[in-house]
Amino acid sequence: MTATIARPRRVVVVEQALILARRSVMNTWRQPASWIPSIIFPLMMAAIYSAQFERVTDLPQFPEVDSFLQFILPATILQGISFNAGEAGSALATDIETGFFDRLMTSPVGRQSVLIGRLAGAATFSALLAAVLMLVFLVFGAAPDGGLPSALAIVLIAAALSLSVGGISVAVALKTGSAEATQAVFPLTFIAIFVSSAFFPTELMSGWYQTAAEANPFTLIIDPTRRLAIEGFSFADLGQALFWVAVVGVFTLGLSYRAYLGRLRRA
Amino acid sequence: MTSARVPDSELAPYWPTVEILTRRALVRLVRLPSVLIPMLVMPAFFAISFTGSFEGVTQVEAFPTDEFMNWIAAYAMVQGSIFAGIGSAGAMAQDLDNGFIDRLLVSPIRRSAIIVGPLMHTAIRALIPVTVVLLIGIVGGLDFPGGIAAVVMAYVAGIGAAIALGALGLAVVLHIGNIRAMAIVQVLAFGLMFPSIGQVPLSLMTGWLRAVARVNPATNVIRMARQGFIGDVSWADSWPGLLVITIAILWFGSWARWELEQRAP
Repeated sequence: MTATIARPRRVVVVEQALILARRSVMNTWRQPASWIPSIIFPLMMAAIYSAQFERVTDLPQFPEVDSFLQFILPATILQGISFNAGEAGSALATDIETGFFDRLMTSPVGRQSVLIGRLAGAATFSALLAAVLMLVFLVFGAAPDGGLPSALAIVLIAAALSLSVGGISVAVALKTGSAEATQAVFPLTFIAIFVSSAFFPTELMSGWYQTAAEANPFTLIIDPTRRLAIEGFSFADLGQALFWVAVVGVFTLGLSYRAYLGRLRRA
Repeated sequence: MTSARVPDSELAPYWPTVEILTRRALVRLVRLPSVLIPMLVMPAFFAISFTGSFEGVTQVEAFPTDEFMNWIAAYAMVQGSIFAGIGSAGAMAQDLDNGFIDRLLVSPIRRSAIIVGPLMHTAIRALIPVTVVLLIGIVGGLDFPGGIAAVVMAYVAGIGAAIALGALGLAVVLHIGNIRAMAIVQVLAFGLMFPSIGQVPLSLMTGWLRAVARVNPATNVIRMARQGFIGDVSWADSWPGLLVITIAILWFGSWARWELEQRAP
């Protein structure tokens, strides 16, 4: 007979979350069709916009940048991350559709581990994705002015943002249990990014659109992230970006936790 | 056993068949808000967000107009029409999945009607994005220096582009045979529209994009749609777009017809 040593519950939850996060990363990695568009599409937009709007950087209201490509660097990374974050919800919805989620619920897995594991997996994959996008920009001569500290800070913001944005798709997935409905979040994210300072400075906008763009949480995240890229590293900008990511996260992760509790009650 | 070919005289009349297939697709459009709503929302989003985000670009010297809406409206119309067009390919993909096309192929109708019906439906669908953008443009200060001809050319370009891309979509869907083909069609549509004069004129572009946009067929179609909003309508700005649309419809339509024939028993 072997004796089992009881371990603290928190340690077990973390271990299970890590296993589920690893599963989430591997699942995503094994389906290139789910993450390649998150690299190709933002890079394609960056390539086209940099060739379209290079001359706009000469306008007096435009921030001082080396090139339009450098201006658009943070937006491209955050755009790729936001698209990919939707995958966390789609994958969870697929787990619900295929019954894997129900099997997890009937197994001795900590309830928190399932949600934490899924979101941690998305954040890890997003950090890798951000690093890849950053490398592509480096190759094309659009390095962040702050060097490695700025690059690491942008990757950190991207990973944190994937949690916040991923929270929306996870909430929809848990609420509806439908991958199709979860994918409908994608256009909303696209619209939210577009009506922000992601692709153009708000100083060059006007009227209600400018007001909407300035109040958009994506603008509040992208502007300090952009300063990290074009002005150099500063803890103030990193803190500001992470603060707004956290504000969005409290709302979206709160929604997903509520939806999770609702599904647990139904399970 | 060999399959007997039905004599032409015993086939169902052509245009009534096309009309029935077109009407069936339109009924589906009305009954499915998930299909109809994006057709209304996306062109509106293109027109509003592009104008709002990029209006500052008009401050660059030698930009052809002071109002960015005058520049972007045509792009939003053609882009919206193209997505309306490839939507009919999506309907075809569903019909392939549920076996409806197979039943049509063994029924006594002319096979070209199976292609022409969805393309007629596409032409009608294209009216929606063009009209939506025109209405938003009127509210947003769109100019009409080309007069009524500006509106006519916008509809011709929108409907033509939708039929051309709709035919391409049908060909790709029939070739691949299922709904997954739609991802390829959407990438083709984006890939065609983005590197064009949709958002800025050739004179503002730099490097590779300028070279690509110059030879991109979508550039001619957008120029045709746009001309009446930034100046007079002229034959010089019309015929290249009309030629591109005609060639594309004939080419992709023939391809779709050929792919359909390969599926016939």
